[in-house]
Order: sequence, then structure tokens, then C-alpha cells
Amino acid sequence: MSHEHTSAHGAGHHGDGHGGHGDHGHLPFLAHHFDDPEQQFDSGKLGIWIFLVTEVLFFSGMFCAYSLYRSRNPEVFMFASQFLNEALGAFNTCVLLFSSLTMAWGVRCAQLRQKNGLVLCLALTLGCAAIFLGVKAVEYTHKWDIGLLPAGSYLAQPEVPVHHEGLSPWLINLSIVPGILLVAFAVWLVITFVKGDKRMSEIAGTLLATAACYFLGVFVGLKFQEAEASSSAHAAHEISVEHDGDTGSHEAGVTADEHAQGQPAESATSESANDHVSGTTGTEAPLKEIEAHLVSLDAPKVVPGAPLDAMVNQKGGAGLFFSIYYCMTGVHALHIIGGMVVMVWLLVRATKDQFHEQYFGPVDYVGLYWHLVDLIWIYLFPLLYLIK
Amino acid sequence: MPVWQLLAVFVALILLTALTVLQASLGLGNLELILSLIIATIKASLVILFFMHMIHEKPLNAIIFLSSFVFVALFIGFTLMDAAGYRDSLEYQQIDSTPPPAVEHAE
Repeated sequence: MSHEHTSAHGAGHHGDGHGGHGDHGHLPFLAHHFDDPEQQFDSGKLGIWIFLVTEVLFFSGMFCAYSLYRSRNPEVFMFASQFLNEALGAFNTCVLLFSSLTMAWGVRCAQLRQKNGLVLCLALTLGCAAIFLGVKAVEYTHKWDIGLLPAGSYLAQPEVPVHHEGLSPWLINLSIVPGILLVAFAVWLVITFVKGDKRMSEIAGTLLATAACYFLGVFVGLKFQEAEASSSAHAAHEISVEHDGDTGSHEAGVTADEHAQGQPAESATSESANDHVSGTTGTEAPLKEIEAHLVSLDAPKVVPGAPLDAMVNQKGGAGLFFSIYYCMTGVHALHIIGGMVVMVWLLVRATKDQFHEQYFGPVDYVGLYWHLVDLIWIYLFPLLYLIK
Repeated sequence: MPVWQLLAVFVALILLTALTVLQASLGLGNLELILSLIIATIKASLVILFFMHMIHEKPLNAIIFLSSFVFVALFIGFTLMDAAGYRDSLEYQQIDSTPPPAVEHAE
């Protein structure tokens, strides 16, 4: 395993006397300000590691906000985390881990001058990144639909989870750009086929597959979301049945009572709203009553000492959690998009067969960046999705 | 990196992901956070060591990269040190109302 590595380094003519710069003529990949390929590679390596340090420190600001807020308000995280879809998070984790595998494999292919292998690995990595974004789009738009927004726009959530039927308009809007790209790449692929340009159709085909993978991600995300919705609807039904059975000792019943007592000014309306909601969950709770309940949970009426959920379920509570959530996952998603752009550049160069055992630096550097993005998700997933 | 090593690391990462999801469903309370951070750190180490080739990396590069985590630890550690010292809410009135000028007091 180490011989590949040393061969990569040793293949340069380090140490064989570089008195002049005249011997660079046969090394087209060597920039003129470097003595030899090894120096060029090591300089790039040092540069990318320092860049990764700045990335770690950049994300650490968000992790700091997260840990400060969580250490002070663990109950907010317990409450808000239930709105994140654990299955989708786990699925995305696996997708990202797989893309890391293909990226590492791609670096290996570049080192061994396996051009087709490298193109395939880059294509798989791009596809995984697109699937990740597709799933993320479903997650985001579902939250926007039901008012799980950053602090300023957060809507208090009703006890009965709301589910929107049909496609979210947000999702359709978000999918416009990938849709346009899908069509454009398809047209481009056809043109390159007609022209008979094999290299270009390789690139266009990969890009088309990537755009299609976004929609695959959306499809998978919607399927997961549906499964979650039907299972939580079952759970809500069971809870409401239990709730009707014994009002005194059951935890939910107690919470509802305390909820009313904690808000003396609102006690009458909020109690009646609670009764309405709990009484009708099994059947179909009319939207008006859910809205009435929503109003009763609204921020200004929450007083210290009120039951936990009402305290948490407002802009300054769960709303702040979603600010942190969108900030962290959003910046992470931007990094994914950035990584995809750089990978397309690699793909174009790989089809030109520019990487080999003496020159694979760019693939290696992009790989390191990609692994760091994966690394950040490895921490984000348990810290955001898996809070119980 | 031989292919079997890449695949072994990948399988280990997937298994650890399954493990972290599993332990989160056990309802361990505070232990859950510690456990999931430990598992995440093991996963991160695997990625850094093998996918990022840290085991073959020059010591200087390794020191540079790993030093960033020292600074992250300092950053978050120092922030959390006085986390309990904050007030629960901002006291707007105290901030907004300016104290009377000293001259008036002197009279």
C-alpha cells in the first residue's frame, strides 16, 4: 500500500541534479516556478491543508453557537429534533459516506493512471452529491410548508403533526434550476452524439446523470417522508385514543391541564382548544381548531413556569434551534454545491487524460476537501437528528 | 490505498452510522450525547486516517490540520465555561434607560 504512495512521490526527478530549468520541457504539467513535481505536489498539499484548517475554524463558529445554545436549553433541542426526519438523515449520511469512498477511489485511480476509473468515480461522487441535495430539498421544503422556519418566521407547531398533501410549491420552485440543467444537459448530450465527439458526450452524460440524481434524491426523500407521515399519523391516533381513556393520570392529560393553568388569562380558550384537538385527532381535526390551538400557543402568552412545550414551541425557543439548523446544514449544502462545481472541472480534465502517477495533485486536493465536507456531516447528523 | 482497505473503511463507517442510530433509540439521556460524539469521532478518525491518507501524510501537514481541532476545543471550551452565567432574558429597560447625568446628582 505504501509503494503506490512512494512511487507517486519518487517518480519525480527529485535529487537527480536540477542545475537548470531546461529539463522542464517534457513535463507539461509542471508549473515553471517549481523545481520538480514533488515540490509542486507538496506545496499544493500544504495549501489545501491550510485551507481545510480555515474551513474547520469557520464551521467551529456554528458548532460553538450550537453547543452554547444546547448547553443552556437542552429541552429546546429535545423538542425541535422530533421534527427532523431521522431516516432521511441516516440515508443522507450513507450517501455521503459512499461518495467519500468513490472520491478516495478516484484519487487511487488518478495515481494509477486509470482514466476510465477516475471518470466513473467522479461521476459516482457527483451523483451522490446530487442525491444528497435532492433529499435535502425535500427535507427543507417540508419544513417550510409547516412553518418550521428560522426564529423570525417560526410558527408554533400544533400537537397533531400537520402534513401537507401533494407536492410542495417550494419543492417545485427549488427544482426549477436542476430541471433546467437536466434538459440542457440532455440537449447537449444529443448534440455531442450527433457530432460524434466522444469526450464531450462523456462529460455531458455524466452531467445529465448528476442532474437526474437530484430528482432521484427528491423521489427517495418523498417516499421516506410519506412513510414517516403515515407512521406518525398512526401514532397520533393511538395517543388520542389513550388520552380520551384516562384524563387524570395520563401524562398528556396532565400536560394539557398544566398548560391551561400556566396561562391564567388564556385558560378558558386554551383548555377548550386542547379538548377539541385531543378529542378529534383520531378522526379529522378541522383545520380551524388546529389554528385556534396554534394561536393559543403563540409566543406573547407564554409565561415563566408554563409547561415545557409551550415555552419551547415559539420563536425564541424552537425557532432559534431552526435558525441554527438552517445555518449549519445550509452552509454545509453550499459546500456540497461548491465541491460539485470543482468536481466538474476535475471531470473535464480527467477526460483529457491529464492525471497520472506524477501529477494527480488536483484530484487529491479536491478529495481532501470532499472528505472534510463529509466529516462535518458526520458530526451534524447525530448532533441535529438524533436528539431524544 | 488498496481497494480492500477503502472498502473496509467504508463498511466500518456504515456500521458505525447504524450503531449511532441504534444507540439514539435506546433513550440513554445524557449518555446519548457523549456516546454519539465518541462514535462520530471514531468515524471522523477513520475518514481522516484512511480516506484523507493522514497515515502517509507528512508530519508537518498532520500537525497543521490537527492543530485546528485544538483551537476549536479552546474556542468552544472557553465559550461554554461561563455559559451558566448568562441571564435568561435581556432586560431591555435597564439597557435602554440611560442613568441621569452626574451633574444633577451633585446638586
